[in-house]
Amino acid sequence: MSIANTKLGGLVAWIDERTPLTATWKSATRLAGYYAPKNVTFWYLFGTLAIVVLVSQLITGIFLTMHYKPNTSLNESGIPLAFASVEYIMRDVPWGWLIRYLHSTGASVLLILVYLHMFRSILFSVYQKPRELTWLLGMAIFIGLAAQTFVGYLMPWGQLSFWAAQVIINAFSQLPFLGQDFTIWLRGDYVVSDATLNRFFSFHVIAFPAALLWLLIHHVPHTVKDIRYFLAFLIVCVAVIFFRPEAGGYFLEYNNFTQANPLQTPQHIAPLWYFTSYYSILRSITYPLFSIDAKLWGVLGMFASMLIFALLPWLDKSSGKTIRQKGPIFKLALALFVVAFAALSYLGTVPTDPQRLLLAQICTFIYFAFFLLMPIYSRMDKPRSNEGRGAR
Amino acid sequence: MGSDEKFDCGRRRLMAAAAAAGSVAGVAAATATLIPFVASMKPSEQAKAAGAPVEVDISRLKPGQMMTVEWRGKPVWIINRSPEMLETLKKTNAKVSDPNSERSLQPNYCKNETRSIKPGIMVAVGVCTHLGCSPTANFRKGVESGIDAEWAGGFYCPCHGSTYDLAGRVFKDKLAPDNLEIPPYKYFGDAKIIIGEETKGA
Ligand code: FES
Repeated sequence: MSIANTKLGGLVAWIDERTPLTATWKSATRLAGYYAPKNVTFWYLFGTLAIVVLVSQLITGIFLTMHYKPNTSLNESGIPLAFASVEYIMRDVPWGWLIRYLHSTGASVLLILVYLHMFRSILFSVYQKPRELTWLLGMAIFIGLAAQTFVGYLMPWGQLSFWAAQVIINAFSQLPFLGQDFTIWLRGDYVVSDATLNRFFSFHVIAFPAALLWLLIHHVPHTVKDIRYFLAFLIVCVAVIFFRPEAGGYFLEYNNFTQANPLQTPQHIAPLWYFTSYYSILRSITYPLFSIDAKLWGVLGMFASMLIFALLPWLDKSSGKTIRQKGPIFKLALALFVVAFAALSYLGTVPTDPQRLLLAQICTFIYFAFFLLMPIYSRMDKPRSNEGRGAR
Repeated sequence: MGSDEKFDCGRRRLMAAAAAAGSVAGVAAATATLIPFVASMKPSEQAKAAGAPVEVDISRLKPGQMMTVEWRGKPVWIINRSPEMLETLKKTNAKVSDPNSERSLQPNYCKNETRSIKPGIMVAVGVCTHLGCSPTANFRKGVESGIDAEWAGGFYCPCHGSTYDLAGRVFKDKLAPDNLEIPPYKYFGDAKIIIGEETKGA
């Protein structure tokens, strides 16, 4: 075992030395010799695991593409071919169910890891000078992944696939400068249809993966290679896939096991859990402000809540590099933000009522206050290690 | 010597001009390359043509009943409103955000209190003006409706909770900004409606 381990380690080191990735990184940054201390390796693991899952998504995707048909025309029993081909994968393709569950669960796991990775980035202020660009690339990856899961979600052509695409594409029509013509162009039709499914398929299997890989090559500074973490992670994933592949409707929604019906919206619609916080924000803004419709505010709020992370390098004025060095005010703000994010995520999965709406509005406020007030409160904390700087 | 200098100056100017022209040409070429790709994603002629009018037989639609047909890929509702249902429109007048349908979409001949050609029969595109879900009809009254105690019947959008009255007018303080769209339609005799064809001279 230990021999195999060192051999593997040797191989990894051999490749590492010869890849342009490491070389560019080493020459281009001041942080070349920087390695995470042992006790925080755990926090640095998520990015690496995310890459592992991404590779798994690519592989399972290749095999799903062999059987999947991006076609909305009806077969002889009146079922859209796309929907039927996914059922076929689940029932008739040998091991098809496993490959499909790996792919659908993989998407959720990937997003969990990305969120944890972003959380630790805020925890340790990793985006501060001179790593703003790395952070922006990372944000581009986050947005790219969101887009990738969104177009992928249309593939099964289920009820939720259809209506999620309908709502989000219409949301784009609200953005300044884009408008109605843009959505018609994006759908390739006046309604979500076969043309839409085909181009989303093309984005999902070619355009977005290519773009994501390119971004990834430029973003990843170093990876954690501790085999024990990978084993533990693997066990958890396998357990989920075998015992709760749909994770009680959170990873794969039950309503999506019904074929798309453009004439009827299901009684309860919600996106998958990783988008529900933004979705809550969309729903919670119900007041017109400055003579702009609530509709536009909601859509702007939704997109802004995803994009605002990109501003962190310029919002965070704290001088502490790790959470231990940060003052209590920053820690409190971060804790509040995490609570608000979790609450919004939950609220987005359930139908609203007046109390829930109020709660969502409060959480939306906290969400944006965390970012917009950061230049103020992150300066208020006195750094412990470096008395001189914050004294003003 | 002097002629040499002059020559140099001329060459410099020439090079600058060439560079400028070159970059303009480059940008133009890049744009020209993009055009076919961007244009290829627009709706095809086939998609544009798919919008034929739909003929609907409403002879068996009883008061209080509703039917849905597909027109241009969208749900179109036809509702036979009873006198009692029409009565509720007076009460909702004060609660809807665009009672006279000033900013909403409808043919001129439907810009009236009932938003229809004949008061009883309502025809509307069943697509929420917020982000395009299809609202659910809820004709029950009050608490029983599960919406609120004052509910007099109407439509509820499951996506983000916008509500509409029985003329498809959106209630105040909801996400949807406008009333439901009324498509162009005309009567063909008493029992038939053609959706997608204008009523002439009305
Ligand atoms: S789509 Fe109807 S309320 Fe949003």
